[in-house]
Amino acid sequence: MTLQSDTLLEISPLLRLQWEEAQQRHVMLYPEGMIELNDTAAAILELCDGTHNLTSIVEKLEQKYEASGIEPDVREMLESALNNGWIRELVAQ
Amino acid sequence: MAGSENSSLSKPRWLLAELTYSCPLQCPYCSNPLDYAGLGNELSTEEWKRVLSEARALGAVQLGLSGGEPLTRRDLAEIVAHARQLGYYTNLITSGYGLDEARIAELKTAGLDHIQVSIQSPEKLLNDKLAGTESFEHKLDVARWVKQHGYPMVLCVVIHRQNIHQMQQILEMAEALGADYLELANTQYYGWALLNRDQLLPTREQFAEAEAIAQSYKEKVKGRMKIYYVVPDYYEDRPKACMNGWGTTFLTIAPDGMALPCHAARELPGLACPNVRDSSVREIWYESAAFNRFRGYGWMKEPCRSCPEKEKDFGGCRCQAYLITGDMTDADPVCSKSPHHHRVTEAIASAHDSTADKPLVFRNSKNSKALTG
Repeated sequence: MTLQSDTLLEISPLLRLQWEEAQQRHVMLYPEGMIELNDTAAAILELCDGTHNLTSIVEKLEQKYEASGIEPDVREMLESALNNGWIRELVAQ
Repeated sequence: MAGSENSSLSKPRWLLAELTYSCPLQCPYCSNPLDYAGLGNELSTEEWKRVLSEARALGAVQLGLSGGEPLTRRDLAEIVAHARQLGYYTNLITSGYGLDEARIAELKTAGLDHIQVSIQSPEKLLNDKLAGTESFEHKLDVARWVKQHGYPMVLCVVIHRQNIHQMQQILEMAEALGADYLELANTQYYGWALLNRDQLLPTREQFAEAEAIAQSYKEKVKGRMKIYYVVPDYYEDRPKACMNGWGTTFLTIAPDGMALPCHAARELPGLACPNVRDSSVREIWYESAAFNRFRGYGWMKEPCRSCPEKEKDFGGCRCQAYLITGDMTDADPVCSKSPHHHRVTEAIASAHDSTADKPLVFRNSKNSKALTG
């Protein structure tokens, strides 16, 4: 699935993103399962809150990490998350 | 092996809370112990809350609320609310019996994350026969309500010789109900299922055919419904990595407060599993003899001890080794390297030869008392 740069993204209602103190990392929880996230994936997914799209996620992360040219990596991660059903395109109300 | 939280021991991630052995159903493949009817008093609401808090502090994050039928606990919503507030992902594992829309909404408000509904068969007659209770239409209603109230819907069907020929209809039923996940759980032979093994174990050909149907359906529903397939280990060459390794990930608390490294471990002789009424979850996890008994590789005999695959499957299932060979330190006899592997092939032959009219023994208190005195 190709992601449009201006589509707002949100975590799928079937999953929950949360910080796990005991594991010192973020996890995605779903029925009887858990995905352990690295810091980069967690930083990207935390911005999938229904108010950001690919462009604004890239902007925020480039500011936060004082980086540039990260768009291809962020896009790849988000497209993979979309295909895995971790996130979805915001449903228009 | 003395332990503390600073040691190299991993932390529990999964807590299975078997809230009760009460159940309105009588499934003949139930994983509860045969002698459940004679076991002690159920933990109180306050005891469960303490257990949930202690396990969460250790790192448990997935919580299964199971039984018996957990809906028979009137304090279920209170337990769910406490669990959700602690940050658990809460899974209700239910037959659906006794669930109505008001209770589904009440549990949603309490913070329940997910409901897994089990259906015995896509056909009313067989569903009601296996459940020992007229329940089919109600289960379908429950599955629809679960969906309508915004829960992820997991449909669970336990697979065995009585329903394996219905694989195609099972898949179609799950799709029609809009299940997000379908768990096809091939029966594991412990407890009541072991007692009824001759009537439940399918043939290798039946397995192969059913699996092929399920695999091709996976493609059809890709992106809409995920299919989990619990493998039938009697037909494997290597044992399952039971519990992801003893005392590494899973903690089960039985209705009477007994803490178990796996839900069948009560059957193991001399294990002396601790009880949450006597010890904290922390003491149980790190220090109890039972939880340390099969950690690591030091307990292993041959062929496991020198096996290059021991770090992958941990020698398989301790309960299955005991139930089939009589020695819980043996290799799981599912493994083709086990000197007792022939007992698994004999069990398959015995099931194949058994007469069709031998009756199933249903899981109920009367049978439990009759079988175990």
